[in-house]
Amino acid sequence: MAHTLTDGGLRADRAASAPTVPQPYWNPYLVGVLLGLVLLATYAVTGRGLGATAAFGAVDAWLASLVAPAHVSASAALAKYFNDGSPLMSWTLFLVAGAFVGALISGVLGRRVRWTVERGPQVSDNRRLALAFAGGCVAAYGAKIAKGCTSGQALTGGAILNVGSLVFMLAVFASAYALAWFVRKEWL
Amino acid sequence: MTLPLSSTMEFTIAVDLGLAFVLGTGFGFCLERAGFGSARKLTAVFYLYDMAVVKVMFTAIVTAMAGLAALSGVGVLDLRELYVEPTSLAAQALGGLIFGGGFILGGYCPGTSIAAVATGRKDGIAFALGMLTGVLAYAELTPGIDAWIKAGAQGEMTLPSVTGVAMGWFVVGFVAFLLFAAWGMKRLERSFAHLRPKP
Repeated sequence: MAHTLTDGGLRADRAASAPTVPQPYWNPYLVGVLLGLVLLATYAVTGRGLGATAAFGAVDAWLASLVAPAHVSASAALAKYFNDGSPLMSWTLFLVAGAFVGALISGVLGRRVRWTVERGPQVSDNRRLALAFAGGCVAAYGAKIAKGCTSGQALTGGAILNVGSLVFMLAVFASAYALAWFVRKEWL
Repeated sequence: MTLPLSSTMEFTIAVDLGLAFVLGTGFGFCLERAGFGSARKLTAVFYLYDMAVVKVMFTAIVTAMAGLAALSGVGVLDLRELYVEPTSLAAQALGGLIFGGGFILGGYCPGTSIAAVATGRKDGIAFALGMLTGVLAYAELTPGIDAWIKAGAQGEMTLPSVTGVAMGWFVVGFVAFLLFAAWGMKRLERSFAHLRPKP
C-alpha cells in the first residue's frame, strides 16, 4: 500500500480543510470470494453459518431483563435469547461485535468513516432517519418470521442449498424490486 | 472426517465466543470493503445501476458452496454435521416479502446496518434501533406467529436431498449461472447508468 503513504503525504497540507477522499470499494467479485471463505471457515469450525438477527434479540432480552426479569423468562420468544441469565454471552452477539470492529477497521483504512446520513438528494435527513427506523422494524419482523435474514438465511442457507433459504432470497428480492419504484425519492 | 471442528471437539464458552468475534471481524471487514456500510450502495441494486449486492452475495454463496462440496468430497468435512435451518416454505416466503420491504425502505439488512453504524452512518443507527424495536415487538405483540411457523415446518430440505442430485452438480450449475449473470449484470449496469448519482 505504498501509494497510500504518498497519497497521504501529498494531501497532508490540505487535510485540515478538505475531508479525506474515500478510497474506492474493492471489486465485488473479490469481496464475494473473501466473504465466501469467511462463511466456509464459520461452517468448518462451528458447524453452522453466519447470522445477525439473534444479536438484536440478545440485546433486547438483556434490556428487558434489566426492567422486568420475571417477564423475560415468562415470554417464550424472549426467553430463547435469555441464555439462562446471561443474554450478552450470545454467539451471534459476539459475531456482530466482531463485525462492528471489522467494518470499522475497513472503514478507517479506506478513509470512509463519516458521521453522516445516507440518502438521495430529494429527501431530508430527518425523513430518511424515520424511514430507516421504520425499515428496521419491518425487516426485524420479516427476519423473525422467516427465521433468518440476509446473513442467516440467504448466505448461510444458500451455501448448503437449503430450499427455504433460496425461497427466502427470491422473496426478498422480488419484494424489494416491486417496491423500489414507490420509494425511489428516498434514494435517487 | 475432522470438520466441522465442533463435531470432534468441545469448545469452552470463551473459545466459542472468541471464535465468533474473530469470524465476525472478517465478516464485517468484507461487508464494509464491498461498500455495504452505505445504504445508497446497497439500494442501488434495486435501481439496477450498481449490482454489487448480487455480485458479492452470489459469489460468496458459490464460493462457500464449492468449498463445502470440495471438503466433503475429499472426506475432510461431514456435511451431515452442518446445521440446516428447517424449511417452512410459507414462513420463508412471507418473511422474505416483508424483509424485502424493510430492506428497500430502511436501506440496510441487519448485518449491513452494523457496518453502517461502525462507519458513522446515522441512518444505520436508526435502522439498528428499528431492528431492536421490531424484534421486541414481535416477541411481545405477536407471540402466536412462532407456533404457526412450527406448525408449517417441513423439516430439513436441501436441493441435493430433495432432488437426489449431488451437491457438486449444483456447484457446477451455480458457477455457470454466475458467469452468465456477471455478463448480464454488466449490460444492465450500462443500461441504467443514468440513475447513478453524480459525485
